[in-house]
Amino acid sequence: MKKHLSIVLLTLLLSVQVLNIFAQQRFPKPEFETKYVQPVMQTPSPRSVFMEYFDVVALIGSLSLITWLILKKRSRQGVFWMTIFSLVYFGFYRKGCICAVGSLQNVTMALFYPDYHIPITAIAFFIIPLVFTLFYGRTFCAGICPLGAIQDIFVLRPLPLKSWVQKVLGLIPFIYLGLAVLYSATGTDYIVCRYDPFVGIFRHNATFMMFAIGGILLLIGVFIARPYCRFLCPYGILLNLVSRVSKNHLSIAPGKCIECRLCENSCPFGAINMPTPTKNNEKRNIMVKRFAFYFLITPFLVVLGGWTGSRFHENLANVNPKVKLANELLISNVKEPGKVSLEITTFKSTGKPIDKLYTEAAAIVQKFYIGGWILGGFLGLVFGLTLASLSIIQYRTDYTTNKGSCYSCARCVDFCPVKAEVK
Amino acid sequence: MEDKKKYNRRDFINSSFRVGIALGLTGIGVALTRRAIAGKSVWQLDPSKCVQCGRCATSCVLETSAVKCTHVYDMCGYCDLCGGYLRPDTKDLNTAAENQLCPTSAIVRKFVEEPFFEYQIIEELCIGCGKCVKGCGAFGNGSLQLQINHKLCVNCNQCAIARACPADAFSRVSASEAYLFKGFVKGKK
Ligand code: SF4
Ligand code: SF4
Ligand code: SF4
Ligand code: SF4
Repeated sequence: MKKHLSIVLLTLLLSVQVLNIFAQQRFPKPEFETKYVQPVMQTPSPRSVFMEYFDVVALIGSLSLITWLILKKRSRQGVFWMTIFSLVYFGFYRKGCICAVGSLQNVTMALFYPDYHIPITAIAFFIIPLVFTLFYGRTFCAGICPLGAIQDIFVLRPLPLKSWVQKVLGLIPFIYLGLAVLYSATGTDYIVCRYDPFVGIFRHNATFMMFAIGGILLLIGVFIARPYCRFLCPYGILLNLVSRVSKNHLSIAPGKCIECRLCENSCPFGAINMPTPTKNNEKRNIMVKRFAFYFLITPFLVVLGGWTGSRFHENLANVNPKVKLANELLISNVKEPGKVSLEITTFKSTGKPIDKLYTEAAAIVQKFYIGGWILGGFLGLVFGLTLASLSIIQYRTDYTTNKGSCYSCARCVDFCPVKAEVK
Repeated sequence: MEDKKKYNRRDFINSSFRVGIALGLTGIGVALTRRAIAGKSVWQLDPSKCVQCGRCATSCVLETSAVKCTHVYDMCGYCDLCGGYLRPDTKDLNTAAENQLCPTSAIVRKFVEEPFFEYQIIEELCIGCGKCVKGCGAFGNGSLQLQINHKLCVNCNQCAIARACPADAFSRVSASEAYLFKGFVKGKK
């Protein structure tokens, strides 16, 4: 018994000594004899939390102001100055980062990862523009979104696009949205932030590649107004859907439209609904049939899309760093060790169990399998519904804004000769 | 008359959707706010995981990386033969540029007293490549450590280096504890 105790004591003592050795420096800090003052360590603190909350206040304030300018004042000039403001504040001062478009990824990630701590500001930037849109249309896009703002000042010579071109290109944001959700729901990456074309311009700092892409988009934007908003923005999809049922949307004429056609070409974004030629009952029959047909094949498109999506799940999953590492390790195990990547050497040097990595990677790939089905199905649905909606024509007699795609920029308002009645 | 009825029906559908969306948004908002953190988090790298691969210098979204070498003076031995300053294979011991590890000569060596030297990093010149960090860790005390400098970092939603780091050293930390140093750190502020 005594012997045991002494062994225990001995090991304890030894381990304490070992710890001591570790706690010591190889070269202990000298005791200086001269009056040497050690410099201070450089650890500048980050931007204060208060300023983050101030951003939310600025968002609510500017959104309220622009909404009032659009709906009550009907002032394009007011919207323009708000555009400049948000370009300066949310764009160049805040460097385009805290942005509603990117926040959708934080929200998705928070929904799928309970232990991810989403910043309150990201929730606010996601929800507040949607709430405003629900009541007043896309006033956020009119001049508060910094991405929209920088494109809007480049709308100089807008050319009209064929409506089918608009429809086809308008499918891209759905793909982008689907991928963004898939990659943030699997904790892989925030692709919307990574490929944000204008953030480099806001920071005055980016790779040549990103500057070039941003510059080219702005140049295209001179002729094809707001290309990112119309044919890429994933958050715009959400705003579009919400805006369709918005309560008070901007209207072109403040009273009854007199069909003078003055506003017909005023929208750079093709967001004005034209009156349709008089009813034709025969055509209507064909139309209903076509609509029914597309509507019925939509479920097939969903299944087909889902199946296709699931076929590609491994390619999709390979973007995930963990899956990529596991794949590389598998290959390098098969082949003789030739040139191994930095990832592999680093992983091996940490001594983490390789089996654990494989199980984790397999779980992620499984998520991508399900995600591939959902993504494909979603795109099939969008495709089917777009086809169906192309085949119906809504009968209209007036010029109105298309509540979904109108950015409430108030350009058309200036063209309308109808003036609001003065009380 | 019929027109009006139709119109009313559309109105009704619209407002039902509106209520639905409003409820949905409130639901998401409430559910997320319970998980959210008040305050702020920033990116930082854990020097005990870092293997000084050099990607910190190249992967940041900023042209010159926001990651800089930080000198933890309290850990420094003020060595004459600094493993972070001199190349290990130097022939003549002098401070000529070709003998320095740092590719941009960002480390300034200053005589303090026999036989001690102080090493200071000039932040503007440092590119965050971690060559000195590696040297100091291998031959010295490990007092040179890579850290994201929060004056420069724009706090990207997803840090671009975090994705590229082979050692998985990056994570979000609370803004009030924005620096992570490894080892013995006295007088840490
Ligand atoms: S469509 Fe997207 S990028 Fe354009 S203004 Fe709206 S939110 Fe911003
Ligand atoms: S990328 Fe990671 S491992 Fe490489 S130097 Fe930076 S922190 Fe260290
Ligand atoms: S070696 Fe690299 S990390 Fe160290 S000071 Fe020079 S640039 Fe900075
Ligand atoms: S968060 Fe952005 S700026 Fe900061 S270190 Fe990472 S990539 Fe660089």
